Amino acid sequence: MNSSASGAAAPIVIEQLNKVYVMGEQRVHALRNVSLRVTPGEFVAVMGASGSGKSTFMNLLGCLDRPTSGRYWLEGIETSTLSRDQLARVRNHKIGFVFQGFNLLARTTALENVELPLLYAKIHGRERHRRAIAALAQVGLADRADHAPNQLSGGQQQRVAIARALVVNPSIVLADEPTGNLDSRTSIEIMSVFQQCNRTQGLTVVLVTHESDIARYAGRIVRFHDGRLVGDSRVEAPRAAVDDLAALPPPAGEEDDA
Amino acid sequence: MNLLVVMVVAWRTLMRHKTRSALTTLGIMIGVASVITMVAIGSGARAMIEKQVTSLGVNQLMIFPGSSSMGGLRGGMGSISTFDESDAKVIMAECPSVSECSPVAMYQGRVVAGNLNWPSRVVGVYPNYLTIRAWGLSEGQVFTEQDVHKVHKVCLLGQTVVDNLFPGGVSPVDAIIRIGNVPFRVIGVLERKGQTPWGSDQDDQIIAPFSTVTRRLLNITSVNIFQVSAVTVEQIYDAQAEMTALLRQRRRIAPGQEDDFTIRNQVDLLNAQTASSGVMQLLLGAIASVSLLVGGIGIMNIMLVSVTERTREIGIRMAVGARTRDILLQFIVEAIMLSLFGGAIGLALGIGATSIVRLVLQWPTLISPTAIVASLISASVTGVFFGFYPATKAAHLDPIEALRYE
Repeated sequence: MNSSASGAAAPIVIEQLNKVYVMGEQRVHALRNVSLRVTPGEFVAVMGASGSGKSTFMNLLGCLDRPTSGRYWLEGIETSTLSRDQLARVRNHKIGFVFQGFNLLARTTALENVELPLLYAKIHGRERHRRAIAALAQVGLADRADHAPNQLSGGQQQRVAIARALVVNPSIVLADEPTGNLDSRTSIEIMSVFQQCNRTQGLTVVLVTHESDIARYAGRIVRFHDGRLVGDSRVEAPRAAVDDLAALPPPAGEEDDA
Repeated sequence: MNLLVVMVVAWRTLMRHKTRSALTTLGIMIGVASVITMVAIGSGARAMIEKQVTSLGVNQLMIFPGSSSMGGLRGGMGSISTFDESDAKVIMAECPSVSECSPVAMYQGRVVAGNLNWPSRVVGVYPNYLTIRAWGLSEGQVFTEQDVHKVHKVCLLGQTVVDNLFPGGVSPVDAIIRIGNVPFRVIGVLERKGQTPWGSDQDDQIIAPFSTVTRRLLNITSVNIFQVSAVTVEQIYDAQAEMTALLRQRRRIAPGQEDDFTIRNQVDLLNAQTASSGVMQLLLGAIASVSLLVGGIGIMNIMLVSVTERTREIGIRMAVGARTRDILLQFIVEAIMLSLFGGAIGLALGIGATSIVRLVLQWPTLISPTAIVASLISASVTGVFFGFYPATKAAHLDPIEALRYE
């Protein structure tokens, strides 16, 4: 293990990461010499305009892609040289994904969606069921276990997706614009779920957003521009989503979100 | 992901698209149904031929004068040297693999009983001929060696002859009939034997002592045919070899010279008949297999469409940890399930169609367990084979591209 990973439990240690896409004759330098270190229990917001390289960065962070050069340790595991199937295994055991478009399996119940990563982790029947129910309860949807995504509201669908991310007890949760498809109130609700997991369980969360309102719920903000990491600042007093929710007027005609 | 879970997931996916799944399997259904039906018709025909040949007696041989390879301009009818009646006794005595041997003389003529007449064939033989042919009597008794020795004018009637000369259930036993103006006393009636594979009616004949037929009807003393039975079916080739050696010696044929007689056995005949029906069966099976192949291509088609449609689902599965082989397995299992499902329904359809052929067309059919197992195996092999390409395509999708797919 590299000396820079001296904090053995550091979930993310990135050194001089580069990603170059070759499109025909053209070489697109999507990431240039990015280095970053995330300590356990941090809540990091990644910001940047589209084309800034933040999506590429998230794909690398999520082990969906491999860097052209540089190194990436996820909980001490050097991932930049792993094979396709080894990366799948890392994603399965150490990473929870939350996407902008929810990405739940259609015509499949919330419970089955949450069980999905456990299926690939070879966790069997009763244990799988128990853990999926517990994860749904954590996001407040235990009573919606048998609902298919099209029977759930956007906020509920995103919470099912969060439950799916949490169910494997991941080292990090990666959220890619998780509030992009939601109205402002539901967005704050979703942020409160992330904040709660972050504070009560010490879960490390990395969240991509282009909304500074959303970024302010995080404890640290990193900024990308033209493939470079250009800013890294600590938020001294992150806003608490629960307080913001309380300050909002009660929702009109909505009774399902307790 | 264990296999049971994969199967459950595949089953749910197929159930989500019932109509599409049913249409996909239609090809396999028709393929399996036609394989089952065609093979059933083929083996039915084959079984019928085998039964007919067996009714002739499988352990039998016949000896004819003349070479089996009567090529060129050799000989001619007059040159064919016939046998001597005494050969029969010598063959039985000298050939250990031979159990019985009888000379055969044939007379074609009109048979008259009362005011009815019927053209038929009279076969002159020894009493052991009925043993050789495994032929029993339904009435009366067989003539004896004594009858042969004394040239008694007695005979046994085949069922067809009885039907035509003694209609209305009158027993012909002890009746006097005339064959070519020679009166014969009927002493027995033969059991019904049915047709030969080449369609001649074995029941349309009269059996009489060899001496009576040759001397009273034919006016000859030589023998043209011997009917022989081997001790067992297995010894049929031994019997053939022993008789060949004996006859060559008795007829003074020098080594290197061709036989001037021919021995034929029923096993060779049976093999020739079943071989030709086997070719037919193969042909039917091949035609049916083509439809199974087309069914498989149908499955591949739909699976390819399905992979494209489900690109995002594949992306999600990959994001949460599905490995290449998990995706591969899922799609292959789906394909196998589709084809096995189609195979099972096709099997039922095939059995149904076979019953219709048997009941309506009155064709002999035979559904063998082998055909059932073989068609189900080939259905699932079709599934694996044609499911493999779409599954590989799915398994090698790029997770990022797949997640972004709209």
